Amino acid sequence: MSFEASYSGIGRLDRLSYRDTIIHRLDPRAKVVATMLFAIAVVSFPKYEVLSLLPFFLFPILIGALGDIPPGFIARKVVAVSPFAVFVGIFNPLFDPGVVSIAPGVPVSAGWVSFAAILVKFALTISAALLLIATTSFPGICRGLRRLGLPALFVSQLLFLYRYLFVLMEETMRVVRARDMRSFGVRGTGVRVFVRIVGTLFLRTVERAERIYGAMLARGFRGEVPSMRREALRLSDAFFVAAAGSFFVLCRFVPVPQMLGRLVGGLAG
Amino acid sequence: MSHHLLEFRDVRFRYPDGTEALKGVSFLITHGEAVGIVGANGAGKSTLLLHMNGYLLPTSGSVTVGDVPLRKESRQEIRRKVGVVFQNPDDQLFMPTVFDDVAFGPLNLGLPPDRVRERVHEALRRVGALALADKPPHHLSGGEKSAVAIATIIAMEPDILVMDEPAASLDPKSRRSVIGLLNSFAHSKIVASHDLDLILDVCARCLVIRDGAIVADGAAPEILSDATLLAENNLELPLTLQGRPPWKGTRR
Repeated sequence: MSFEASYSGIGRLDRLSYRDTIIHRLDPRAKVVATMLFAIAVVSFPKYEVLSLLPFFLFPILIGALGDIPPGFIARKVVAVSPFAVFVGIFNPLFDPGVVSIAPGVPVSAGWVSFAAILVKFALTISAALLLIATTSFPGICRGLRRLGLPALFVSQLLFLYRYLFVLMEETMRVVRARDMRSFGVRGTGVRVFVRIVGTLFLRTVERAERIYGAMLARGFRGEVPSMRREALRLSDAFFVAAAGSFFVLCRFVPVPQMLGRLVGGLAG
Repeated sequence: MSHHLLEFRDVRFRYPDGTEALKGVSFLITHGEAVGIVGANGAGKSTLLLHMNGYLLPTSGSVTVGDVPLRKESRQEIRRKVGVVFQNPDDQLFMPTVFDDVAFGPLNLGLPPDRVRERVHEALRRVGALALADKPPHHLSGGEKSAVAIATIIAMEPDILVMDEPAASLDPKSRRSVIGLLNSFAHSKIVASHDLDLILDVCARCLVIRDGAIVADGAAPEILSDATLLAENNLELPLTLQGRPPWKGTRR
């Protein structure tokens, strides 16, 4: 993927997070907590569970639908990072040749089942994390984390990272464009030029940091970034966390798909 | 009102690498004056501005704001009186949203939250950027960024407003609205710029700085119409004073 393409992907994610839907309006803390609970519930399943994980897809689907996030965009992002999960699980079928049965009378090689479980867990947690970012502005997430007890220093680091990520990426894009325009074909795109570009960008960043610090001093900065409390938890936030939490607990401890299967089987029989 | 005075007396400044950037600068700016500072690249304009709020301290000589002499200990007090808007709004706007950025200064001054909210509201209203309050700075256009950068400073209600190239790289309409904005302030104003038309529109008085020293100080219309003086300082007549010579290009 080219630099410009990945940059516009991040920009799109950022723009989505400034929409105004029922999900976007929830308090960031509620969404951070719900996403964490979701990830814990999903990851806590034993390694041969696949079917029981499926109901969890309801959570990202609902968030995506209510938050008006294009599903294709999230799916492409998940696929783009999926090689990590594939490499983690790809050797399971070789090393784990045992046999388990996923449904009564359907035996499958254990390695393939655990591989599938890894992929499903990955898809669930990554899409939930992406949806959290797509439905909550980054400053909102930082405020949420701060109120949940993350030290102020880390939070200001995150905020500066967010603020200057875009400035730095745009600067990089301009430099890369200028290089591409004068390096016909491969010459000029080699490692040596790349190293120099990184060096230049680093020096520029240092200079910029100095100017920013000057601007901060000019406005009375004395070592701590001040913040204002601006929102209180509402009933709807509490309801969201409670509903999501009980849904996760239900799906974690009650084998819903199997019950449904038995129900359907019972009706048929 | 004596507290709106800004006085430089024989200010000299040498950077750690030995470059002498200011070589004895003296001037007095009184309450409500609008003063332009012009000069070639590298003449010492930026160094001069950085002394006005104590980011740099003079190697010798004195800077006085109101009745407070600039010293290491008095810098916080000086920064409350003198607001500096830096040239690049991306350096000026470092907080995640416009609201937080404008609130940064007032919060550092220790104001209570509802006073801060009022100040932010008023500052954004004055620059016509109220609708942008919840946006992150990287979603703003260049003109919007400049307006918000000015709001971050006026929210602190300084006595003296100092600006470095307030309209650089703005489109003509945004530049015009920045000029209107500057003219709407009753503050003492100090504007460093290469945009001589802007200086002519905003400032009654003009200082010319060359090689770390003041070479001219007088009424802006006089100084900015002195073609010889301007040429000696890598400047030229403001476009509005140039007249339009007949077009000499080739017509086809």
